[in-house]
Amino acid sequence: MDISLLLQFFINGCMLGMMYALVAVGFTLFFGVLDVIVFSHGDSVMVGAFAGLTFYLLGVYAVPGLPVWASAFFVFLAGMAFVAGAGMLISRFVIMPLRAAPALNTLLATMMLGTVMREAVRLFFPDGSNPKPFPRLLPDWSWKFGDVLLRFDNLALFVAGCLLIVGVAMLINHTRLGMAIRAVAQDAEAAQIMGVNFPLIVLATFAIGSAVAAFAGLMNGLYYNEINFNLGLLLGAIGFSSAVIGGLGNVYGAILGGFVFAFLQVVGTVAMPFSSAYKDVFAFGVVIVLMAIFPTGILSERQSQRV
Amino acid sequence: MPNSRDFLRCSALAALLFIYIGFLLGAEEELSIAAYLLCGIGVIIALVLFDVFSAIERLVQANETLWQVLMLAGTLALIAVFHQDHYTLFLIGTIFIYSVAVLGINVQLGYAGVINFSGASFFGIGGYTAAVFLQNTSIPTSLTLPLGGLFAAVIGSLLLLPVLRTSGHYSALVTMAFALLMKVFLEVSEWLGGPQGLSLPPLEFMGGNFTEDIVIMGKECSFYVKYDIVCLALLVLTFVFVRRIERSWMGLAMDAVRIDETAAACFGVNVTRWKIAAFTMGNFVIGMAGALYAMMLSYINPSNFTFSDSLLFLSILLLGGIGSIWGVIAATAFMVVIPEKFQVVQEYRYLIYSAMVLAMILFRPSGLLPRKPRSYATGGRS
Repeated sequence: MDISLLLQFFINGCMLGMMYALVAVGFTLFFGVLDVIVFSHGDSVMVGAFAGLTFYLLGVYAVPGLPVWASAFFVFLAGMAFVAGAGMLISRFVIMPLRAAPALNTLLATMMLGTVMREAVRLFFPDGSNPKPFPRLLPDWSWKFGDVLLRFDNLALFVAGCLLIVGVAMLINHTRLGMAIRAVAQDAEAAQIMGVNFPLIVLATFAIGSAVAAFAGLMNGLYYNEINFNLGLLLGAIGFSSAVIGGLGNVYGAILGGFVFAFLQVVGTVAMPFSSAYKDVFAFGVVIVLMAIFPTGILSERQSQRV
Repeated sequence: MPNSRDFLRCSALAALLFIYIGFLLGAEEELSIAAYLLCGIGVIIALVLFDVFSAIERLVQANETLWQVLMLAGTLALIAVFHQDHYTLFLIGTIFIYSVAVLGINVQLGYAGVINFSGASFFGIGGYTAAVFLQNTSIPTSLTLPLGGLFAAVIGSLLLLPVLRTSGHYSALVTMAFALLMKVFLEVSEWLGGPQGLSLPPLEFMGGNFTEDIVIMGKECSFYVKYDIVCLALLVLTFVFVRRIERSWMGLAMDAVRIDETAAACFGVNVTRWKIAAFTMGNFVIGMAGALYAMMLSYINPSNFTFSDSLLFLSILLLGGIGSIWGVIAATAFMVVIPEKFQVVQEYRYLIYSAMVLAMILFRPSGLLPRKPRSYATGGRS
């Protein structure tokens, strides 16, 4: 195996890892605030991609001759805002009413919600059951280093993803809103006693997490140049796995988990070149083994279970 | 022994129920099916509103054996009525098999509280085991059923360590990862036929070929009658097995483990043992159901065993009421028959399923026929 191929794999791994990390951050944020797994999060990613596509088409129709940069900016902004709104609705009407229910009920309810979203897109989006080409929003410059091809849009997406993650981390660690989110995550009741507006914080958290998911969806569309209604299921499972590998409730763990999962997939591809489909078998197999070794994730939750 | 008034009441109820089911299954036009359905829902709502439903439940509980015999007789009568209708008989068989599989998950989740998001994978393992053994060996057909169960249980035991060490969301993830892994594995494994799957040779059972029509008491019968009888036998066996577990000290121990692990451990219940027992027994039952399903379809492929199907199993369990055996059977019948009967909604069926289960979890989380709390009075039944 020559070094350039390895580098190419490394670049792909970084892109995938960034995407998974962005999805996993949402899972871990929601878990931190409400102690729930919102499995429909993967489908929020998908909705983000479809919303972006719709806004792009609307934008092209409404304002012909819009410069590429402006339309990319508009698509990202509108897509993220749309999914943030959807996330707030989900938290208000599905997650909050189930707060007292057993964890399994919430998990199943959000899985069903995910199916509803997936099927709704498949049935009601024009020709939704077929893969859709995703527009190239970024200029297709590329640099060649030897045999390694570095595409500008990949680099831009990666940098934007990094900025987004740093932004979310700053928001959580250095603002009043972030302090309230952390307080609710630590102890919702105590936070309420200290005057934190709990429902508002939950809404804000869902807005943030869903917007990040929409970004991941748009990134997915731009990276593969194609989206389909089904992409949320696997992406959701991978994001959930990443969040769990890293340790639920820990934002840095989620980022680590995302890159670990992407790395596992790349290793699976390299180790089993005869069939790339085995990469998921390998990655999920390793996830199961990791769970057996670290039952609460690699960077596990700080508090242990009280009895 | 029930008194004659109870006997008459129960018989009348069962007769009404099965006449209704018979009409529903026999209905061809969508308009009439919708009318039957609305009638059924209306009657149930009326019964609940006028407090007759709980009286019926008490009656059934007091005369349990009689009710079970009546149900069995009614089912046999249904099969006899539709003895020439391949499609309806196939539907009835599917209901039985899915009920068996969901009862397996019921043992795991409903009794011991072990989350299993890979039910369809174990169902598939049973099916593929049956297919491989029937294609490549000459073992008797009847043996492939327990073999399917055995393979499901053995492969499931690979998951035991991670499932036992983790809890809550973490163990949900383990089974979820397994379900996704299994689906991809079945799709790419050339040995198992890849996406095309495997076809099963015609079955030989007790000297007769299973895919030929038969003559019973001078009547031409569809060959599906044979399958239905076998499926019904498996369902009855599973029913008895699960009921016996539920009402024995084993069920009590599993309930304790589910409700509060720490408290159960304090009282000397071996938590690990009961989780292992429930997970393995459940997988065995699911695997047997899968083996029988593969034989009835005589053709299996990976798309029958996806993560969505695992979710379907769990939805049926939740819809029927976790831990409630009759609830599971009723919910399975509903979930299998409705999309098959309404060809219009066929396309929308996953949407409708998931919206329904979502509404169920939000508004009636205990399910259609919730499991009754255990009664400790003398002669009490759970």
